[in-house]
Amino acid sequence: MLQQVSYFSARIQPGMTIRATASWVNSNRVLAAGLLMAAILLFIGYVGPFLVDHDNARLGAATPRQPPSAAHFFGTDVQGRDLWTWWVLGMGQTLKVAFIAGFLGTGAGLALGLMAGYFSGLLDSIVRTASDVAITIPAIAILVLVGAVVREMTVELMALIVAFLTWTQPTRTIRSQVLTLKERAYIHVARLNGMEGLELIFREIMPNLLPFLATQFVWAFSVAVLATVGLEALGLGPKNDVTLGMTVYWARASSAVLRNMWWWWGPPIASIAAIFITLYMLSIGLDRFANPRLRRN
Amino acid sequence: MTLGYIGRRLGLFCIIAVAAFSLNFMIPHLLPGDPIRERFTTLQGYGGQFKADVDELIAIYEKKFGFDQPLWKQYFRYWGDVLRGDLGKSASHFPAEVTTMLRITLPWSIGLLVTATAISFAIGTLLGALLAWPALPRAFRGSLTSTVPLMMVAAAIPSFLIGIVLVFFFVIIWNFFPPGRGIAVGVEVGFNWTSIASMIDHAFLPALSMVLATAGLYALTMRGMMVTVMGEDYITLAKAKGLKGARIFLWYALRTALLPQATALALSIGHVVTGSILVETVFAYPGVGNLLFESIRTNDFFMIQGIAVILILATAVSLLLMDLLYPLIDPRIRAGQT
Repeated sequence: MLQQVSYFSARIQPGMTIRATASWVNSNRVLAAGLLMAAILLFIGYVGPFLVDHDNARLGAATPRQPPSAAHFFGTDVQGRDLWTWWVLGMGQTLKVAFIAGFLGTGAGLALGLMAGYFSGLLDSIVRTASDVAITIPAIAILVLVGAVVREMTVELMALIVAFLTWTQPTRTIRSQVLTLKERAYIHVARLNGMEGLELIFREIMPNLLPFLATQFVWAFSVAVLATVGLEALGLGPKNDVTLGMTVYWARASSAVLRNMWWWWGPPIASIAAIFITLYMLSIGLDRFANPRLRRN
Repeated sequence: MTLGYIGRRLGLFCIIAVAAFSLNFMIPHLLPGDPIRERFTTLQGYGGQFKADVDELIAIYEKKFGFDQPLWKQYFRYWGDVLRGDLGKSASHFPAEVTTMLRITLPWSIGLLVTATAISFAIGTLLGALLAWPALPRAFRGSLTSTVPLMMVAAAIPSFLIGIVLVFFFVIIWNFFPPGRGIAVGVEVGFNWTSIASMIDHAFLPALSMVLATAGLYALTMRGMMVTVMGEDYITLAKAKGLKGARIFLWYALRTALLPQATALALSIGHVVTGSILVETVFAYPGVGNLLFESIRTNDFFMIQGIAVILILATAVSLLLMDLLYPLIDPRIRAGQT
């Protein structure tokens, strides 16, 4: 099926030469820059923890309240923790929460969107109303209700709670895509050939949803980061784990802003901003694959 | 405006409201054990410094959630309380009712939220529209094309993080603005110049962080819509008729492009409310957000529940209002065509 060739596979071939890579980068600079930044952030988050000495993150590991120096790149906090180590560990945990919540949300959105779009009828109206209601409810209200009754918050539990927010947009997008896809000629051809139900969904519809899944994952990921950082700012975060949001929370709890300890809250805020900017660039870059209006040009 | 349209919107509003209160009821029931009672018992352990009557709170809690009763009975009793406007009592402001605390803090939050959103929406929409306007003077365009990408970057950052950075520069380093609260100490809230000036002085930074965090989004969607509208045939016709540029811009292009903008605003309300709650905590602004922050710190569960419900309801009400105002700018809905 011609239409099935995804735009990724059409552009990235296994035997791509350096020149071809360069021209691809040139054709989608935003996406390339976003991928580069994502690679850097993932490196810090996933390889970084193996390169730093975890003992430095312990209480009293260094002289408290030191500004950044060669020994402590990001200085130390009021209890003598090395904030560089703290930052590297926090990046990994923050990305982990967002990955779990992003996968769960996109997965649930894919399943619900496919079912609602493909089978339509009562199921469709239920899914549509549920996502309409959920999308208008301010995230913080639900998060706070659940967060306040949980005995001890952990990174994994927070990811699960946040996942309840990340399914709405993927569900709507996938559903509307399925609605247009299922009227395409090649779907009718497949149907005439006797393909139906799950086989039709997985072999004919799913491959065409891949670019949308990618943009929706980026969306879900950024909602997850936003929600976790918000929860943590309110003091409902995992108090025994190290995340970027918790670093900001502890810094504020020890009035680091008033004490002029900018090295405590500065790096986590800057890196949360970097995560969002990376996601923003990725979504603009991916939009060229997913948005039919931009694709035609 | 058709009756069906209004009916559908009202129906959605009711679903949201019922869902909000039901969630409030269900969440403590879903978890194993009795975490709330544990929280209250912990409060009791604080002893003297805590003036709340924990026994009474537990009694209210027992009555409200009555674990001895069958679930459906509890649920109906809960609705009875809700309809009478009884949301329980606050633990940290004992014996104040939750609804009283909400009545004190809500005006602050609504004032800040509405003002900041209006400013942000106006600035974002106008800049986005101008960006797509071909007849813009070159000097002006140059400054626009350099500021708007910066606004986009700022829009990627959560508003309360922007707030922390603003506090650092404008309060700690340069001392331009007061460090927090909603009004200066010793100034009464009233309709006079000192009071209003003090309130603006205190609300400036919180509002600025919210505007910075959202204006870029509105500019982005508006620019996209304007580009599409400018290519339409009726714009060409308006030009051919010899209409003035400003008239085409305001009444032909801007007005049409505002439609999806209004939808974007409606969809972003939940997001904006969440943002303003967090911004309030940064500036210790005397609104609902700060109350929520304190309630979480002191395990004031009824207060947290009350705030969650009021946030959902406020969002639902503003959505409903927007839906009812929508026909005013979209003639198609007024004519009942969609």
